[in-house]
Formats: sequence, C-alpha cells, structure tokens
Amino acid sequence: MTEKFDAIVVGAGPAGSAAAYVMAKAGLSVLQLERGEYPGAKNVQGAILYSDALERIIPEFRDEAPLERHIVEQRVWMLTDKSHIGLDYRSDEFNEEKPDRYSIIRAQFDRWFCTKVKAAGALVICDTVVKALLKDAQGRVIGVKTDREGGDILAGVVILADGVNSTLARDAGYRAELDGDNTALVAKEMHFLRPEVIQNRFNIGEKEGVAFELVGTLTKGKIGMGFIYTNLESISIGIGCMVGDFEKGGLTPYGLLDELKAHPSVKPLLAGSEMKEYSAHLIPEGGYKAIPKVYGDGWMLVGDSAGLVNSIHREGSNMAMTSGQLAAETVIALKKEGKACSTQNLARYKSALDDSYVIKDMKKYQGMPGFLHGNRHVFTLYPELMSQAASTMLRVDGLDKKSKEKQVTKAFREKRGLFGLVGDAIKFARAFR
Amino acid sequence: MHVVVCIKQVPDSAQIRVHPVTNTIMRQGVPTIINPFDLFSLEEALRLKDQFGAKVTVLTMGPKMADQALRKALTFGADEAILLTDRAFAGSDTLATSLAISSAIAKIGEKEPIDIVFCGKQTIDGDTAQVGPGIATRLGLQQLTYVSKIVSIDRDAKEIVVHRRAEGGVQVLKTSLPCLITMLEDTNHIRFGTMADAFRAARYQITEWSATDAGVPDIGQCGLRGSPTVVKKVFAPSARTDKAVPITGETPKAISDSLVETVFSAHPGLQEDLQTQVAAISQGASS
Amino acid sequence: MTEPATSRPAGRTVELDERLKAYKGVWVFMEMERGHVHPVSWELIGEARKLADTLGVEVWGVLLATPGEANKAAAQSAFAYGADGVYLMEDAILAEYRTAPYTAGLSYLVDTYKPEILLLGATTLGRDLASAVATTLATGLTADCTKLAIDMDTRSMAATRPTFGGSLLCTIHTLKARPQMATVRPRVMAMPAKQAGRTGRIITTDLGLKEEDIVTKVLDYIPDRDQDQAQLAFADFIVAGGRGLGKPENFRLVNDLASVLGAEVGGTRPLVQAGWIGAERQIGQTGKTIRPKLYIAAGISGAIQHRVGVEGADCIVAINSDPNAPIFDFAHFGLVGDATKILPALTEAFRHRLATGNAI
Ligand SMILES: Cc1cc2nc3c(=O)[nH]c(=O)nc-3n(C[C@H](O)[C@H](O)[C@H](O)COP(=O)(O)OP(=O)(O)OC[C@H]3O[C@@H](n4cnc5c(N)ncnc54)[C@H](O)[C@@H]3O)c2cc1C
Ligand SMILES: Cc1cc2nc3c(=O)[nH]c(=O)nc-3n(C[C@H](O)[C@H](O)[C@H](O)COP(=O)(O)OP(=O)(O)OC[C@H]3O[C@@H](n4cnc5c(N)ncnc54)[C@H](O)[C@@H]3O)c2cc1C
Ligand SMILES: Nc1ncnc2c1ncn2[C@@H]1O[C@H](COP(=O)(O)O)[C@@H](O)[C@H]1O
Repeated sequence: MTEKFDAIVVGAGPAGSAAAYVMAKAGLSVLQLERGEYPGAKNVQGAILYSDALERIIPEFRDEAPLERHIVEQRVWMLTDKSHIGLDYRSDEFNEEKPDRYSIIRAQFDRWFCTKVKAAGALVICDTVVKALLKDAQGRVIGVKTDREGGDILAGVVILADGVNSTLARDAGYRAELDGDNTALVAKEMHFLRPEVIQNRFNIGEKEGVAFELVGTLTKGKIGMGFIYTNLESISIGIGCMVGDFEKGGLTPYGLLDELKAHPSVKPLLAGSEMKEYSAHLIPEGGYKAIPKVYGDGWMLVGDSAGLVNSIHREGSNMAMTSGQLAAETVIALKKEGKACSTQNLARYKSALDDSYVIKDMKKYQGMPGFLHGNRHVFTLYPELMSQAASTMLRVDGLDKKSKEKQVTKAFREKRGLFGLVGDAIKFARAFR
Repeated sequence: MHVVVCIKQVPDSAQIRVHPVTNTIMRQGVPTIINPFDLFSLEEALRLKDQFGAKVTVLTMGPKMADQALRKALTFGADEAILLTDRAFAGSDTLATSLAISSAIAKIGEKEPIDIVFCGKQTIDGDTAQVGPGIATRLGLQQLTYVSKIVSIDRDAKEIVVHRRAEGGVQVLKTSLPCLITMLEDTNHIRFGTMADAFRAARYQITEWSATDAGVPDIGQCGLRGSPTVVKKVFAPSARTDKAVPITGETPKAISDSLVETVFSAHPGLQEDLQTQVAAISQGASS
Repeated sequence: MTEPATSRPAGRTVELDERLKAYKGVWVFMEMERGHVHPVSWELIGEARKLADTLGVEVWGVLLATPGEANKAAAQSAFAYGADGVYLMEDAILAEYRTAPYTAGLSYLVDTYKPEILLLGATTLGRDLASAVATTLATGLTADCTKLAIDMDTRSMAATRPTFGGSLLCTIHTLKARPQMATVRPRVMAMPAKQAGRTGRIITTDLGLKEEDIVTKVLDYIPDRDQDQAQLAFADFIVAGGRGLGKPENFRLVNDLASVLGAEVGGTRPLVQAGWIGAERQIGQTGKTIRPKLYIAAGISGAIQHRVGVEGADCIVAINSDPNAPIFDFAHFGLVGDATKILPALTEAFRHRLATGNAI
C-alpha cells in the first residue's frame, strides 16, 4: 500500500527541519526524508547560528539545542601574504541573556533539530534518497520516489529542502544548472583543542566565542572568503572560492585551505590542534538575481535549494529556517481552508517570502556579486595597500607622521588612481545598499 | 521460528580520535554505528525470516541512544526490538554484560521460545569476542562461533548443521536447537530494507527494559560491581620517535639497489636467510 | 566492555578472598588439533615462564586430547620450552574440538588444581574456549593481550591490550577472582628458545564424559585446500600490497617480488574487500598478526589497524608515493615513489643480489 501524507519534506537541514517541525506541530501528517545516515551526517561543519530565525520556531531552543559558544567578538581580517590588518568588534552586550548568535556544529545541531521534528509528530526516515518527484498527468507533483524497494510515497505537497545541489529541482526543470560563477566551493576543517587553550588564545570566557571573516591575497584575486569560528573544544576553519575560478585552474580548495592555515597570523591560532574532519561544501552565492521560481504545482523550494544565502553576511541557515517556516505556514493555512497546494495557492509562499527579511536582504545586496566579479582587486590590492599603510604608520623609523601619511596616500593613488578609488567606493556603497 | 540477534552500538572506530594531551577519547561528533560484525549475524537472521518466516527480535544493552541502532536494525527488516538500559549496567565487563543480556534473552524466551540467538563475532570497540560465548554458557545453549555458513536447519528434529571456521580448516558441525551462533565476517551482505520496513521502523515503539524488567537475578553482579576485570590504565601507543630512514635515488633502479644494500648491511644474516629460504623452496619445487 | 577509556576508577584495590589465595601457578592451555600443537602455545609458555619467575611459582601446560603418542611428545616439547609440568586429560571425545567437553574438562582442572593465571592463544579455538571457561568459572578474561606483566603490589597480572580499534591501549587487572585469564594472538609474543633435556612432571586425569552427553557432533572436517594460508603468521619474509597499487593486475608485482624472496604475500583490508586477495591474506587488527624478519609494504598507507598487525616485524620497508603517509612513522626504511615502478626494479635488485651474492 502506498503511504500518503499531507506533506513530504526532502532533506533534514535547517530548512527542511523548520518546515517539517512547523507543519507537524500544527497537526499535519508530515514525512521527512533524509539521505544521510542521520540528520547532519553530511554536514560536518562548524557554523554560526542566528538566534532570531530559530527563536521564532522554537522559542526555548537555547535550553536544549547543542550550542557551542555565543559570539561576543567578530573579527574581519584582510590578509596579505605576511600580514593582516583587522577590525574587531567586541562588546559585553553580546553577553546578553538571549544571545543573538552562536557557533554550532551542524552534525549535532541538525540531529537535535530533527529530534524536535519527531517529537512534534512528523515521521523521519533517514538513509533514504529521494530519486525523483512523482507527477500526475497534468504535471502536478503528487509525491516522491525513493531508492528503496516499494519506494513511491504520495503527498499533498512536496517541499524541496535538499540543499544547494537540489538535483531534484534541476531534474524537474524548476531550476537552472548550477552556475560556477554563482556558486562557491568551501573547504573546511575542524581542529580540536582543549577548551582552556581556546579561551586563552582567543581571550574569551568559558561560553564565549569569536567569529572571523577573512579576505585577502590568499585567493589570488579571485572572489573568496575564509572564516574561523571557535567551538567549545574545536575550531572551524574554512575558505572558499567560486567553482568557476577553481575550474580555471591554479587554485584548489584544499591548497587554499593549507595556505590559510600556514598564514603567519592564522597558524598560531591553530597551533597544537588536531585536525579531525575535513570536507567541502557548496554555497549558492548568486544572490537575488539567481533565485529561481520557488513554488509550482504541488512543490516549493526552501533554503539553499532556492539559493537563499546572503553571502556578504554569511547568513544561510537563518534564511533556510525562515523560508522553511513560511512554506510550512502556507501549507497549514491552505489545509485549514481546504484548498489544494496548486501553483496559484502556493503563490502565498512567495509573497510571504517577499515581505520577510529574506528577500529584502537578498535584494539589498543584489549588486554585490556583480561588484565583486568586476572588482577583483578588492581581494588583492586593498589588503596590500592597507597593510602597507599600517606598516608605514606604525614603524618608528625617524620619519615624521605627516610624511608618512603622504606616503600612504601616494601609494593608494599610484596603485589604483584617485578615480578608481572613488569609483570603487561608490560602487561598493551601491552594491551594499 | 524465533531468533534473537544481539547488536551493539559502537563508535565508528575509524573516526575515533584520541586527545593528544589528555589521552581521552574525543567524542565530539564521533558518529555511532551498529557493530559491523553484528550485521553479518543480522543478515543471516533475516535470511531465516525469508526462508522459514522466522521472527527476528533485536536486542541491545546500552545507553538510551542505543535505540538508534535498534531502529536501524528494524529498517533492515527485524520485527521486534528491545533496549536493555539501566544505570546498574554501567561499567560492565564481558562477564557482567553476558549476565544482563542472557537474563533478557531468557525473559524474551518466556513469551516466545527462541530457536537461535545470534551474536556478532566480536565488537570493534570491546573487541573481545567474549560476550557471545558468555551468553551461550549462561543459558546452556550449544555454542557455534565463527560460523561461515548455515548448511541446513531441520525444524522438526530441531537440528542445525553449520560450517565453522577452525584454525586449519572448516568443521562441519551438527547440533540441536536452541543454539547460539556468531557469524564470521564477509559471509553475507546486509540488505537495504524496503520502504515498508523503513516506515515500520520509524513508527515502532521500542521496548525498554531495566535490570529488573529483564529479570536479572542479582543486580550486584551487574555493572562495575559485578565485573571481575578492572581497567587500571588507558594510554596511547607510544609513537616511535625515529621515522623511517629515507632511501633515495634518481631512478627506481638506483633506489632499489640502495635499499637492498642498506637493508642487508643493517641486518646482517638476512641475505643468507633469504638465500636459504629460496633454495629450500626451489628444492621443494623440484622434488 | 563498555567504555574502557572512561569508566573505572584507577587503582580500585580489592583484597583477595582467602579461598582464592590458594590459587598458585601459571598455566598455558596447549592447543592441539590433529596431533599438532599450535605454536602460539609455545610462545605463551615462554611468556608464562617470565610471569612465573616473577611470582616464584611454576609453569604448567594443560593438554586436552584424544589418547595417543603425540601427547607425550607434546608434553616433552612443553618442558623444553619452559614448562615445569603438564596436566594431561585424555579422552576420545576430545579428538575434535567442541566447546562443551573442552569447557567441562578445562574448568574441572582449574577447579581441582587452582592456577592463579591461565593463558590461551587467541585463535578461533582459544577464544571460543576461553570465554566459555571464564563464564563458567565467573572470572575475568582479557582478550588479545599484547603485553603481560605482574604487578607485585597486588600480585595480579597486568594485561595490556589494544582498545577502540587500536587507537588506545589499556591495562586490565582481575583483582577479586581467580584464575586471571588472558588470550594472546599468535606471533605477538616471541618464540622461546628450546632447552634440550629439560624435563617435567605429567599429571593425567580423565574427562569423565560419555559421547552421548555431548550434543554437538562433528560431521566432517574440511582442511583448507590452500595450505599456504596458515603460513602468513609464521612467514619470515612477507611482501604486501595496498590500495596504492591502483588496480588488481598490479598485485602481480607483489607476487613477483615475493617469489624472488621466497616470501608470503599479504595485503590490507580494502584489498580483501575488493576481492583482490583472499581474506586469509589480510594483515592487521582484524587479519593476521605477523612477525617476519623482513616486511615489504607497497602502496599501504599504514592505518592504525594495519600497523598493529605488523609492528613485530624486524625490518619494515615501505614504498609509498606520499612522503607523509603514516606508514613512514613506523617503517624502518622508506621509499617515496610509485610502487608500480619501484617494485619491478626492487624485484630485479633482489634477484641479482641473491643470485650473485653481490651488489650490482
Ligand atoms: C562552509 C560553510 C559555512 C557556512 N557557514 C554558515 C554560517 O556560519 N551561518 C549560516 O547561517 N549559514 C552558513 N552557511 C550556509 C548554510 O550552511 C546553508 O545555507 C544552510 O545549511 C542551508 O540549509 P538547507 O536546509 O537549505 O540545506 P542543507 O543544510 O544543505 O540540507 C539539505 C539536506 O538535504 C539532504 N538531501 C539532499 N538531497 C537529498 C535527496 N535527494 N534525498 C534525501 N535527502 C536529500 C542532504 O543530505 C541535507 O541533509 C555555510 C555554508 C558553508 C558551506
Ligand atoms: C574495525 C576496523 C578494522 C580494520 N582492520 C584492518 C586490518 O586488519 N588490516 C588492514 O589492513 N586494514 C584494516 N582496516 C582498514 C584500515 O583502517 C585502512 O582503511 C586500511 O588499512 C587502508 O588500506 P590501504 O593502505 O591499502 O589503503 P589506503 O589507506 O587508501 O592507502 C593507499 C596508500 O597508497 C599510496 N599510494 C597511492 N598510489 C601509490 C603509488 N602509485 N605508489 C605507491 N603508493 C601509492 C597512498 O599515498 C596511500 O598512502 C580496519 C578498519 C576498521 C574500521
Ligand atoms: N552491549 C551489548 N548489547 C548487545 N549485544 C552485545 C553487547 N556487547 C556485546 N554484544 C554482542 O556480543 C558480541 C561480541 O562482543 P564483544 O565480546 O564485546 O566482542 C557482539 O558482536 C554482540 O553481538
């Protein structure tokens, strides 16, 4: 007998679990399918969790979720080959009662989230790959086909939360093939250290954490970013570039990561640690313009599969959870009204998404990918110039400060020209708006 | 026919890391799996289900989270699952473990008599191969370890014939049921359960038994207190400080010549030993 | 065993029961199959000798067998390897190994003559028997030990064994029960030297069981056709290959070198799983432990599970294209390069050298 559910959710990442949780909580019959051995099995990374999106779904999450450290300090570093110049922001206000962001380990977090989904009443089946969407004669999605014997399952709606690759959406023609210029490939590792060492090294308290963003000459003029997050007894470190740039050769993800780890400013942070996990993962970075149609007859896309990532602020999991929640609420409302999940009715999901911070933020930064593509010197020249400037100003070598300032300005002008600098600033501001 | 399969949830040992300083196991994010050796026994049990319609009950003793292993076994096609969990079991060595498990098996058998108990050949964490025989001894079951093949089962005569791996060959053994079998590795391959199995597993309510539920006769014989062995020290194997002496050269030939030279001068007598060996073999071949 | 890394409080001392203080002496179970004593028994008698000398007690072998001349000869060998005496239990029922009669016989001997330590080889037979006996006697058993010693403070045996897939070692004591039992894998302990003319006592006993009492029957015994397989553990020269050989055809290069050296061939677990070689050729934690004079490893990374099986080799030569491969951490000589290119050259170099006795 073929089983039938109100909704099937494909994927047990933050997007899928948010959707499944919200629907199950509202009493819908929900099946969540995950190809990994368990939720999070395929997500061995450390990451930053933004509280707000999760709080709206599970208000008491802080008491239960496997959170590592709340972030009290953010560092942005520009790296040249030998130096870094950085901007740190630390505030005791981040030690608030309900901190705004945490470092987490996805393998554990996803697993926890999924136990909540089960407790809410959804059926979760892992180790099962969804191979295709089942459609009726009219092309309406009516269920999924899994890789298990007797694997057809029916549902009123299928929510695709299967992540950045979303083969399902691509095979069904709901999404274009991945574009190497809009997709970053990140190599990342977990390095184990004793908690006391982490706390001393990063100058933080027992539960406090630090998050780094890194840009610089490392990526050899290619768009790319690195990160370091402190967990309880490990450090997550990673760096990525556009898939297209890797394809052109010269760079490899692990080569880049090795260089990052060997960087004189980074190396001491990892000293004495033991590397455990490494893996690579894609991030959709096309921004607003690359968002596909997110709904259709009997289906919706949420999270990474819909390309909902704000790469500038490295926000993904929050958008994943919010989109999952909005999709779920759409289904719940339709069910209440006794309406089908048709293309027309699911358009509500799109409007809800448009009204939320998700699409608003995506729109705000829509110029960013284009700006970065056109202004690769952001990744080479600026870190170089800033570092030179700092070095010039800080060295005590008999030269007066006024002359030093002149030297710095001159260097900037020579390297990029005044118009270029001003132009960049304007373009950057535009892209940021 | 009713068969019970004992499975254990173990850390995926390929991924275990030992903390370089504290010498403790770093559990963070270490995934757990069903002891791989148990899967050969589980699959054999499932084949008895295919063949004779046997009912397959899986049993594990462990912390609450060991229910994951049971659920996984249900996904493969097992019918029932029982989790034996009690603080009193903490720190059990193999003697205490076999007491707890054999009590539970006896209890299971009260409701529906058991024909075969399966255990894995050994675990990858404890790695003792002792619990299976321990259970057999306590329950007075015929013990068939390292079984490479179940040749036949006569349900009326309650007899079973198996191939058992011995040191220099294979024993063909006949014994009567009930018995305890541990399967040799690589004798079969665990199946990928059907969608129906996956649904049943996801909905299944796993039975949890405490020591009392399982009818353990004397709690004092459980756990740390009931374990005659005491782990006094845990430590990492000492790393050899001297690394391999590099043998270098421009060509494979140069490297090889250099190696032969170096090895023979570092181990005087080795050349002669080799020559004797080669001579002995060629003599054996010609005679 | 649950959680050996964390559970027990170290140094929990338990005063030995008065009754158990009567247990004296170190025993080795002499594994006899088809008239042959498994060499692991001799290795253990060598080890038992050291323990017994520390304790100031005797070493006894225990032989359960069908009546026959071979038994006396085996006892003589046991004396030569260092045993002071042999308990001999003869009965036709014991002709083929079966758990029940052997467990009954060995448990009876222990109850009667009370040894403080009982060692068995960690063979399929030894492991099967040891656990049944330990459970019957309700005593502690430590499997697969790599080191045995005596802690004189507690007069107990410190049995060290790998745990968690070989990533850790632990030392286990049996404090409040006797005998203290342990199994040790073949080739882990060195073979003791034979002392000609050394003698000892033999005490014979009966099993006292009838064939009708034994439920399990041996219908047949099929000896392994490939007689080579038992050789790997005892070979003096071994050439082994790993996944780095790339494809099954390349394993021929390992065979070529082995035939020039008169060596056995072996391999890593992935090769067994991929069907390149038979399971009996797997070297490592879940395969064979080896103790050759020369071990040549080609295209093998040196994972911990492989390492624990080969560390007893006198001379380890590793060929690996990755200079950072872990195998170079425990090999004695390292050749960085493509095994498929080096192996033929090495075969040639050895062939030449062994034929002429000279360097080229
Ligand atoms: C290195 C890195 C660092 C990041 N750091 C941050 C950060 O600090 N903060 C942040 O907010 N975001 C971060 N992101 C982005 C964030 O991880 C993603 O945006 C988020 O995980 C998206 O969630 P999702 O549920 O859409 O997809 P995923 O988390 O990718 O989940 C998809 C799930 O679907 C399953 N699946 C896929 N196909 C199938 C199928 N056919 N059948 C069954 N199951 C299937 C997968 O196994 C997976 O579990 C980071 C991303 C990367 C790569
Ligand atoms: C519970 C458990 C038990 C196990 N038991 C065993 C066991 O008993 N025995 C065992 O062996 N393993 C065992 N393993 C597996 C073990 O962990 C390793 O996976 C295995 O030993 C690796 O085999 P390998 O060295 O052949 O392959 P790999 O690890 O893949 O190594 C291949 C090596 O070849 C090198 N290489 C590649 N190309 C070339 C070339 N052209 N020339 C030269 N070198 C090249 C590579 O640099 C690499 O180092 C066990 C694992 C588990 C979890
Ligand atoms: N805690 C446990 N729960 C259930 N079965 C177990 C447990 N420990 C050991 N076993 C069984 O006994 C076998 C041998 O285990 P071991 O003696 O630890 O090598 C395993 O393969 C299991 O089948």
